[in-house]
Amino acid sequence: MESLEQLRDRLLTRFPAAKVELVLNPGASPEHSLLLEAASAREIALFLRDDPFVKLDYCSNVTGLDWPDKEIIETKKVSVPDPAGGPAKVVEEKTKRLQPGYLEAVYHLYSMALKSTAPVILRLRTVNRSDQVTLPSLTPVWRSADFQEREIYDLYGIIFEGHPDLRRLLMWDGFKDHPMRKDYVAPDDFEWEPTPHGVVHERAKAHYPLPGDRLGQTPAGQQPGTVSPANPTTQPEAKP
Amino acid sequence: MSDAEREDLRRHGILLTSLEELYNWGRSNSIWPLQFGLACCAIEMIAAATARFDIARFGAEIFRPSPRQADLMIVSGTVTKKMAPLVVRLWNQMPEPKYCIAMGACAISGGPFKQGYNVLKGIDRFIPVDIYIPGCPPRPEALLHGLTQLQEKIKAERLAGPDTARHLRPENPGEFPIPDYGAHDLQPPNNPALFSPPSLPRKP
Ligand code: SF4
Repeated sequence: MESLEQLRDRLLTRFPAAKVELVLNPGASPEHSLLLEAASAREIALFLRDDPFVKLDYCSNVTGLDWPDKEIIETKKVSVPDPAGGPAKVVEEKTKRLQPGYLEAVYHLYSMALKSTAPVILRLRTVNRSDQVTLPSLTPVWRSADFQEREIYDLYGIIFEGHPDLRRLLMWDGFKDHPMRKDYVAPDDFEWEPTPHGVVHERAKAHYPLPGDRLGQTPAGQQPGTVSPANPTTQPEAKP
Repeated sequence: MSDAEREDLRRHGILLTSLEELYNWGRSNSIWPLQFGLACCAIEMIAAATARFDIARFGAEIFRPSPRQADLMIVSGTVTKKMAPLVVRLWNQMPEPKYCIAMGACAISGGPFKQGYNVLKGIDRFIPVDIYIPGCPPRPEALLHGLTQLQEKIKAERLAGPDTARHLRPENPGEFPIPDYGAHDLQPPNNPALFSPPSLPRKP
């Protein structure tokens, strides 16, 4: 079977208008992948499925990824000429740049016909994480992507255009959040229990503040020890 | 008459009993569970029904596929928030007297998925639970033990008097409010009449 570079070059000659990038993931067991554009993804997927040399007829896995906005600090060495005429100084210059976040769908493809052993991995990226989150659905190409794309829609909020039945899969229809996104905040339904986890103790301090504790987050104007309206069952024990 | 005297008579072939005792004996030995399972714990419940463990020895082998015919709900497995309203609805459809066993860590408290976004932190937030069986999953023996504990509980129920059984009291709510699917969580997230989270006493 041809390598991923060869496959990319072949795709580029077949689809001159498309952009296909190689995303490297080096390591002990490298898993490189092809990054496709949303506009040409469907065509390329169809080609990969039917092309006699790769024949990727089996989509084993589709998964979602959330990449939040990331601040990248780059250090560059710049040589500054000395005004006094001495040798130039080398100064490190730091530039900050905000890499906007995006959502990603990853497809793992195998060929049953050619008995491939390693997957060919495709990636699709949305423009951002808020309003431009549409990707073309590959369910018309590989039917096994159906539920998995629905799950990604449910948990990450990617909208798959052309999906035959895009509904939430694990959560109910009226649910508003996308729980696998990094910025998901679960409803504050804290239940204290004896546990060795420090995080639980920290949260317990906020939920069951010490009487008269200013640091515990007792709402302003409310006496500690009274029933808080947000959590009517929280009743810190009064001092005997 | 003391229990020892009664035992003595029983040895001579004379059975003395009360209507209450006879009634409870009959009820406790024909508990029909509702046939449904929610996750891995259900596999152990199924194992308890097969020949090796044989829940039929305790009269509970008739798993009913309809809530109208069942009087025991074994909540065996993870109750997701999506499933919870349906479990409460099934409970409401069961006629009194009815009992509930929370089987496994998930049904008791959410278990390994307690902090997850989609798992209910225990079915006792919405329906009253009679027996809790800890374990992940509890072995079939544990389920049988839970069942015999429930039988003990039923046998101790009084049919009249101040400590009448729950299902005979007129103020007993036979139905419980079914939570709605909210935008972020179930609404309400628990039934305050039934459940209050454990509180942490903090002294200055
Ligand atoms: S308690 Fe354990 S075995 Fe039972 S449903 Fe939960 S995870 Fe599965």
